[in-house]
Amino acid sequence: MATKILMEALSPTMEEGRLVEWKKQEGDPVAAGEILAEVETDKAVMDLQARAAGTLLKHVAAAGTTVPVGNLVGIIGEKGEDISALVGAAGKPAPKAAAPASVATAPAIAASAPALRPAADGGRIKASPLARKVAADRGLDLGRIPGSGPEGRVILRDLESVVAPAVSPGRRAVAVTRGADRPSYEDVPLTQIRKTIARRLAQSIGPIPTFYLTTEVDMDRVWEARGQLNAAAAPPAGEAPTGKVSFNDIVLKATALALRQHPACNAWWQDDRIRYWHEVHLSVAVAIEDGLITPVVRYADQKSLREIGAEVRELAARARDRRLTPEEYTGGTFSLSNLGMFEIDQFTAVINPPEAGILAVGSIVEKPVVRDGAVVPGRRMRLTMSCDHRVIDGATGAAFLRTLKQMLENPLALVW
Amino acid sequence: MPTLTYRDALNHALREEMARDPEVFLMGEEVGVYQGAYKVSRGLLEEFGPNRVVDTPITELGFAGVGIGAAMAGLRPVIEFMTWNFALLAIDQIVNNAAKLRYMSGGQVKMPIVFRGPCGAALQLGAQHSQNFESMYANVPGLKVVMPATPADAKGLLKSAIRDPDPVIFMEGEMLYNIKGEVPEGDHLVPLGLAEVKRPGDQVTLIGWGKTVSVALKAAEQLEAEGISAEVIDLRTIRPLDVATILDSVRRTHRAVVVEEGWYFAGVGAQVVDEIQKSIFDELDAPVLRVNGADVPMPYNKHLEKAAKASPEKVVAAAKQVLYLV
Repeated sequence: MATKILMEALSPTMEEGRLVEWKKQEGDPVAAGEILAEVETDKAVMDLQARAAGTLLKHVAAAGTTVPVGNLVGIIGEKGEDISALVGAAGKPAPKAAAPASVATAPAIAASAPALRPAADGGRIKASPLARKVAADRGLDLGRIPGSGPEGRVILRDLESVVAPAVSPGRRAVAVTRGADRPSYEDVPLTQIRKTIARRLAQSIGPIPTFYLTTEVDMDRVWEARGQLNAAAAPPAGEAPTGKVSFNDIVLKATALALRQHPACNAWWQDDRIRYWHEVHLSVAVAIEDGLITPVVRYADQKSLREIGAEVRELAARARDRRLTPEEYTGGTFSLSNLGMFEIDQFTAVINPPEAGILAVGSIVEKPVVRDGAVVPGRRMRLTMSCDHRVIDGATGAAFLRTLKQMLENPLALVW
Repeated sequence: MPTLTYRDALNHALREEMARDPEVFLMGEEVGVYQGAYKVSRGLLEEFGPNRVVDTPITELGFAGVGIGAAMAGLRPVIEFMTWNFALLAIDQIVNNAAKLRYMSGGQVKMPIVFRGPCGAALQLGAQHSQNFESMYANVPGLKVVMPATPADAKGLLKSAIRDPDPVIFMEGEMLYNIKGEVPEGDHLVPLGLAEVKRPGDQVTLIGWGKTVSVALKAAEQLEAEGISAEVIDLRTIRPLDVATILDSVRRTHRAVVVEEGWYFAGVGAQVVDEIQKSIFDELDAPVLRVNGADVPMPYNKHLEKAAKASPEKVVAAAKQVLYLV
């Protein structure tokens, strides 16, 4: 019995994929789970896995071609099997495969475990209403949880032993308050006034009614502190240098800590409610060839400058190679975009929905400033926050920015 | 607190209400001289005289209508049917007059009347004398339907039913008349429209009324022996249904089984399931199951009759099914 190999939705937003390279050739034996081909999605290059064992009988899609999700790319079966009927039907659109577990927006789903019920098996995930609710509350992907009820229905019991994996594998897990006992966020249904604000503002300026707040930060102390930190971290002669702390790392850390004090800005717009996150996951805009992507530094408020720096550099490097997994670039609660290295003094960034805010970081500029009544040279940096007005009001965003500014102007606050 | 039979608890309720309110009177077949087919009215003729304890001919439609007329004229009749099977003859009066006159008169006509008697199967009474009709009466707007399961509730609910300004269908159980329980003395009133948790538990909710409360309680005992904690809810009043108590329980247990003496199709249990799924769908970990009497005219054969009835064993099996233990 031949099995169709279909183009799968390998990212939450993927509609088509480019078949980069076949890893198995026609006539090769394949086992279920083996990698058949590399597929370039809208976000990254991903592996297409075999959903059945047998012999790869046919490459229906040639390397380099782009195939819509759900369409036939190849056929697995028994050697010598007649597959002409299947191949002949290749031109017609195959039934659209279900997107793998439509909880793409949920954070921290184990990246390593393959989905138990892959998209291609055509069945919806069966789960009791309660299991669905609990999984959504805890950010669990039902598609990855084996169901013990009738016909594989996921029931409450199946969730009891599952803990939401909080940190990507391979990185040191920071214990403290991550995940474990408390829910990751709180959903607050929209009040009538918030509904009206949302509707009126969206009518005025497009689906995300954005406004912008700019503040100028005195960076003299950060400048000084960074110099001292990096001098202190300099390795003894002969040893490889460890990563230096960048201004961007410091702004990230300060942003994360300020968000913790202003949860109203650490939120998602969810159409009928606002999701206020108890955790801070920062999406960091990284320019890549032909575009940009926002890998997420999870629990940024709980990480040291050095951890943040190392993680950002590692994520950015893999982002440029297009090797990020979907879990690594989804689930952020707030975004940060820095064009300071391009000597941009100030700009406005576009909100990354469902997040409600993004901070645009300009360059640090030496300029005359007034201090104690005298004009002296100083270092200043402009921050511009784009706010989704449905979630964040002017005063709310301004209060957050003030905290952030105070932290950067007194960098000891970062360790306080 | 004295221990009374269900029968005597009803008798006390009637006696107390007749003594309290001269407008209350009892009417039906054999209620007077014979002291009641099931001796619920024992001693009442002697105490209150033939004007307030009235023996009738075997004419259910007729004396139901006389009662309705008396209620319209300002009295508070209690109409006893020897069983609810015979009340099928009176259903036109109950549904077309008792249930509707207050509404159709724009509130000018009051209908403070109680129709009471035993319902459901006893032992080998045959198909025509072993039936439950609470789902039929509860389907009619304008009627309240009450089914006590214990002596204390029998007394408290009957007193509340007699004082209620609207027609109340009060369904007892022949097999319940002899059960004993502690009954508060004096003015013990159980409000209509309030269910009661008869046994607390946290893994599955068993919902019963009338005779099936004891079935559910026995099932809960068997489940406890297997380490399963079942909560038992006694609806007590079928209409108005105490949805809040049901939902409170199922919100905690996430699983429910409805135990009903009567037939499955369009039974009261179907209404209970609807209230649950409509309001707390997201709390359910399993479909709500129903245990009912078999969907047949009640067999006369002793073994078949037993097999046709809702039993603790059937309830245990359903509870395990919603707990995914089978």
